[in-house]
Amino acid sequence: MRQLIVRRLLQTVPMLFFVSVVCFAMIKLAPGDPVLSFVTPNMHADDIERIRHNLGLDKPAYVQYFLWLKEIVQGDFGYSLVNHQPVLGQILDRLPATAGLMGSAIALAVLLAIPLGLIAGANRNRWADKLINLVAYIGISVPLFWLAILLMYLFAIKLHLLPSMGMRTIGVESAWDVVKHGILPCMVLAFGFLASYVRYIRSSTIGQLKEEYVQIQYAFGSKKSTILFRHVLKHVLLPVITLLGMSMGDLVAGAIVTETVFSWPGIGSLGMTAVKGMDYPLIMGITLFSSLMLILGNLIADILYSFVDPRIKLKG
Amino acid sequence: MNRSKWINVRSELFASGMGVAALVILTVFTLGAIFAFLTGRDPNTMDAMVRLTPPGAAHWFGTDDYGRDYLTRALYGGRVSLLVGFASMIIATGIGVLIGVVSGYFGGWLDSLLMRMIDVITSIPSFLILLLLSVFLKPSVGNIILIIALLMWMNIARIIRAETLTLKEREYVLYAKASGQSARGIIWRHILPGLVPTIIVGATNNIASAIMMESSLSFLGFGVQPPNATWGSMLNSAQGYIAQAPYLALFPGLLILLTVLSFNVLGDILRVGFEPKLNRR
Repeated sequence: MRQLIVRRLLQTVPMLFFVSVVCFAMIKLAPGDPVLSFVTPNMHADDIERIRHNLGLDKPAYVQYFLWLKEIVQGDFGYSLVNHQPVLGQILDRLPATAGLMGSAIALAVLLAIPLGLIAGANRNRWADKLINLVAYIGISVPLFWLAILLMYLFAIKLHLLPSMGMRTIGVESAWDVVKHGILPCMVLAFGFLASYVRYIRSSTIGQLKEEYVQIQYAFGSKKSTILFRHVLKHVLLPVITLLGMSMGDLVAGAIVTETVFSWPGIGSLGMTAVKGMDYPLIMGITLFSSLMLILGNLIADILYSFVDPRIKLKG
Repeated sequence: MNRSKWINVRSELFASGMGVAALVILTVFTLGAIFAFLTGRDPNTMDAMVRLTPPGAAHWFGTDDYGRDYLTRALYGGRVSLLVGFASMIIATGIGVLIGVVSGYFGGWLDSLLMRMIDVITSIPSFLILLLLSVFLKPSVGNIILIIALLMWMNIARIIRAETLTLKEREYVLYAKASGQSARGIIWRHILPGLVPTIIVGATNNIASAIMMESSLSFLGFGVQPPNATWGSMLNSAQGYIAQAPYLALFPGLLILLTVLSFNVLGDILRVGFEPKLNRR
């Protein structure tokens, strides 16, 4: 077990290294000269060269990369080209909004997916299964931004029940206000997650129902619902942990579209603003940060999986 | 690939109502996109007199904020969406099969190198790269096809590699090797035919995700540029008129949903049809 964790950790380090190389290369290849954002009309050519030298942009690319990497490792992600605020600070400012939204969406999706998946798996190929299957199909096929618009129309414009934009009403400082703003984006994101969770739980339920302990319970005369929700549930629940680990990668970048539609002030909408404004340091920071989350999420999922099911040996 | 598999696929396809429905929907949409000119209207002609007309006899899908016929725009938009989906699927499948087969067949350091490369690319959130690339390159239809293809081939490559690994241990492949055939001949004559089911299933799922990516991109304004319509960009402009004209948001989204849904359903049916023992739903 420990050996496995160490090996997975050792694999993660080169991954992070290469991801950082790719991020750096993307920004280097991007059109436009970063020096130009410092240039004013009455500057001399020598001044421009001096700025270039001060920024280290006259050095060869690999030297620039290592200088950049050194700063990243020290937690310095540079400054935004647009508002000149530190990149890491901006990301961390937006993190709670995104993490809160994503966390509640994932929690909601899991809570719904467990009973749905169990019922679908236990009633395989009957109408309940077919109905749940159809919902899951729609979940993976529906454009989330469209679902967002429809819900916004229904709940905000027609019924006037919920706000459609932002995270807070100006001047209102209550937690309930934030929750009210969060309901619609949370529902949209949860529906997106729900489909894959249901399918996962359904197939593992089908697998569990073939196990001996289920037959034994039947032999003891237990009711089907008792077997399902007391015994099978326990076994199905454990692998769900790994689903959560895998969803960590979506935590940051998974909500770009949904956050943009609802103007939710999270990392996703920050990413959109950065891309629109060609704010390279910010784009790079967000990309690096979300890749880090994705890699860590997969790592945690793998490790948890081997804890939950020691029969599974991870291969290199 | 033998005939019994095709018979199996066919029976699987017609056994469920969903398979037939998916085929019908895709046929209708494709024909609609090809014969879009039959509406007799131009998708980009504006007419301020009939601005924001709700759906009716004259305009089945209504008209948009510039008075353009929404059905015509939806059909021409479908042309772009389906074209992007299909073309990027072809490119992505091509790259994926090439890399997957080479990686799986030759193995060794080449395999490790290619697979690690895929690991690195897939650990960067793809939608972020999608946005970035569409800003770097000019968002023409061709570029969007390329960008989406470049983000989709990894999945296929992984599946194809795994399948190649099992195929190359088959006896007929070992005989072919023993009889001294060249690697290219073996791949071409013995490995690729065995991969056909996997390729078809992967390609079907790929179209679904390509269409989804294109519409998300166009919805955010980074995709195909106005006045040309795609379903995603139509939704983008519909957003501003949601209170007055909700039907503008309804139709394009429904078209995306039905198209993607149909491709996903077909992909699953094909998978079950090709491997009946493995994966009975």
